Amino acid sequence: MTDATLHDHDARLSACPACDAAPLAQRIAGAQGGQGDVVLSLPTIHCAVCITDVERELNRHPGVREARVNLTLRRVTVDAPGMSAEELIPLVESIGYEAHELDPAALSASAADRQGRDILMRIGVAGFAMMNIMILSVAVWSGAEDATRDMFHWISGAIALPTVAFAGQPFFASAWRALRHGRLGMDVPISLALILASAISVYETVQSGHHAYFDAAVMLCFFLLIGRYLDYRTRAVARSAAEELTALEVPRAFRVTAQGDEPVPVAELAPGDLIRIRPGARVPADGEITEGRSEIDRSLLTGESIPVAAAPGLSLSAGEVNLTGPLVMRVTAAGRDSSLARLTALVAAAESARGHYTGLADRASRLYSPLVHLLAFCSFLGWYFATRDLRLALNVAAAVLIITCPCALGLAVPAVVTAASGRLFRRGMLIKDGSALERLAEVDAVVFDKTGTLTMGVPQLVSLDPIPAAARPVALALAQGSSHPLSQALTQALRDAGTEAAALADLREVPGHGISGTWQGREVRLGRADWLGADHGDARLSASWLSLGQEAGQGAPIRLEFSDRLRPGAEACVAQILGSGRRVMLLSGDAAPVVQDLAQRLGIAEWRAGVTPVEKADTLREMRRQGLHPLMVGDGLNDTAALTEAHVSISPASALDAARTASDMVLMGSDLAPVAEALVLARQARARIKENFSISLIYNIVAVPIAIAGFATPLMAALAMSLSSISVTLNALRLR
Amino acid sequence: MEILGLLIPVSLGLGGLGLVAFIWSLRGRQYEDPKGDAARILSSEWDDRPKP
Repeated sequence: MTDATLHDHDARLSACPACDAAPLAQRIAGAQGGQGDVVLSLPTIHCAVCITDVERELNRHPGVREARVNLTLRRVTVDAPGMSAEELIPLVESIGYEAHELDPAALSASAADRQGRDILMRIGVAGFAMMNIMILSVAVWSGAEDATRDMFHWISGAIALPTVAFAGQPFFASAWRALRHGRLGMDVPISLALILASAISVYETVQSGHHAYFDAAVMLCFFLLIGRYLDYRTRAVARSAAEELTALEVPRAFRVTAQGDEPVPVAELAPGDLIRIRPGARVPADGEITEGRSEIDRSLLTGESIPVAAAPGLSLSAGEVNLTGPLVMRVTAAGRDSSLARLTALVAAAESARGHYTGLADRASRLYSPLVHLLAFCSFLGWYFATRDLRLALNVAAAVLIITCPCALGLAVPAVVTAASGRLFRRGMLIKDGSALERLAEVDAVVFDKTGTLTMGVPQLVSLDPIPAAARPVALALAQGSSHPLSQALTQALRDAGTEAAALADLREVPGHGISGTWQGREVRLGRADWLGADHGDARLSASWLSLGQEAGQGAPIRLEFSDRLRPGAEACVAQILGSGRRVMLLSGDAAPVVQDLAQRLGIAEWRAGVTPVEKADTLREMRRQGLHPLMVGDGLNDTAALTEAHVSISPASALDAARTASDMVLMGSDLAPVAEALVLARQARARIKENFSISLIYNIVAVPIAIAGFATPLMAALAMSLSSISVTLNALRLR
Repeated sequence: MEILGLLIPVSLGLGGLGLVAFIWSLRGRQYEDPKGDAARILSSEWDDRPKP
């Protein structure tokens, strides 16, 4: 555990998370070559038939050498030299499985696997050694004497010493690290107990003494390694899922050259390059539009929910989404100089201010280690001065160290965290940071972002009533022709109402304005207010306009209002959090009327609109200064600094890469309800961890006086150790 | 008690055999995809002849 926190601390100091996330493209550029394997994510596979189907289909293709599905990770690794993911994905999709390209460079599975196998190997060795020594120890406990007992002790020693030397290495290494930093972690008393128990047992065996603690030393290794492994598993599962989210976004840009468009990694873009941005694509760098008209969705950067019209001359920032027409942009800043990187610097500043969180386990071990050493040392001195018998005094001191050894403490936290994060994972919540669950339990205020967090960031038609029944087929025919989000929302609403599309001629999209066509000899249009000669009016809602042609006496264009759809579970989630007595706040970069409307719908009393990224971070910092522990839930780049500044943070999977990396937890599904559940579960988990500490404390309170009094036997040590470890683990499993 | 001279090496040998088998399975990457392996055994695709 100390090991883990040390590593986490180092990792956190060494790099800001968003710095890692933003230049992902550079890592890819560096790691390409060598590996010819294509990795595809298959989120829908679940059974034996799926495996066989996918492998058979891929293997049948002449270019594929071998395809292997991993069901645990829901991935397929395809060895197909010279083939790209674009050619392979249709093969898998043709048999009905969803497939996404994964970037192999972002999946650092091999190194993590080696660490996991290393711990498993040590557990295996310790386990087998423990069983063999137990067989011999049972004979000694049941009364083997003289030469037989000595022989059994010698054989036990021959097995135990190499085992402790091999299996105990993680503890020795981290104890050494802790000592070098001048600290006493949990691993210092563990290492001391292992070394002292082995040394005293060797000495006793040489002297043909009665008690040897070889079994206790090996058992200690075994149980503590299991705790270590659980800790590792939790983090490995979370990391691999987080990596998969990152790897899903393969950043490519299309550079306009004389020979046509060529795809290049975003990291290779330089100022002055001309790049083409397709409708629906994310802008890869900062720049200025040179050609084309379209509309731009800035919600991830600013929180504005209404798209902005784009025409040549308009500046674009990396991270914005192009909606309707293709654009050609001249790059003005890429990579480190882009606005994305500037926001990253903001995150780095907030990151260094957060400092190091001290978890329950750390606090327990800080209290515990000195106490144990003091206790063992005092009993040694006491017995030495009372009897002047060095051997007896050392024996008692060793017994005290072994009995108090934190077997149960080492399992108490990892077992609970594993159980709790497993349950959250099944509900679609991914814990990225080891201490996030504990920090979540302390939360007393929740801050939400609006666009993309409480709302889906996808518009929805408010009402169909303004469209006369006769005009509906025309509206549908127009809306179908466009990929603009408002048109798609209109299409959806009309289809749900059972409308059939009318036949239109000359259907054409005017990028940045709307779509027009000819119906019964009249020109009909669907699009922006200014294009149709209408006044946009109230800015509270996004609106689109439908014109059926002036000649037919239809009058003014019809105004169609759209509102952002609430994320499923948002209402219940906010209500549950308010019901638990926590403060709820809404911070949005969007316009005031829209934010107010949503806040009233959800019953949130505290809301602020038009907030800049810096103001968001400042608000969070101010809350922390007041002694609150805020939870920030947000998805945009404008939330990134605030996510880092908060006590603990959650972002949905739809969020930008940088925001996901900056947050402690990621919400995998679109439902917001797990947030409220996680708050409840985190409290339960913290209570369970404290219960586990009490359980191991009770064992110690009973056993330590016996050990100090000199009545402890190896049998007692073995019993106390296994009983406390098992009861702690069972208590943790109640969370599942 | 002479039997101990036989039984102890036998028990240690069996334990060692188990350990070697475990290490072999670990090296052979048999813990990479536990879910997939559990599902693959149900497939009858390579029942008649081994996968080439």
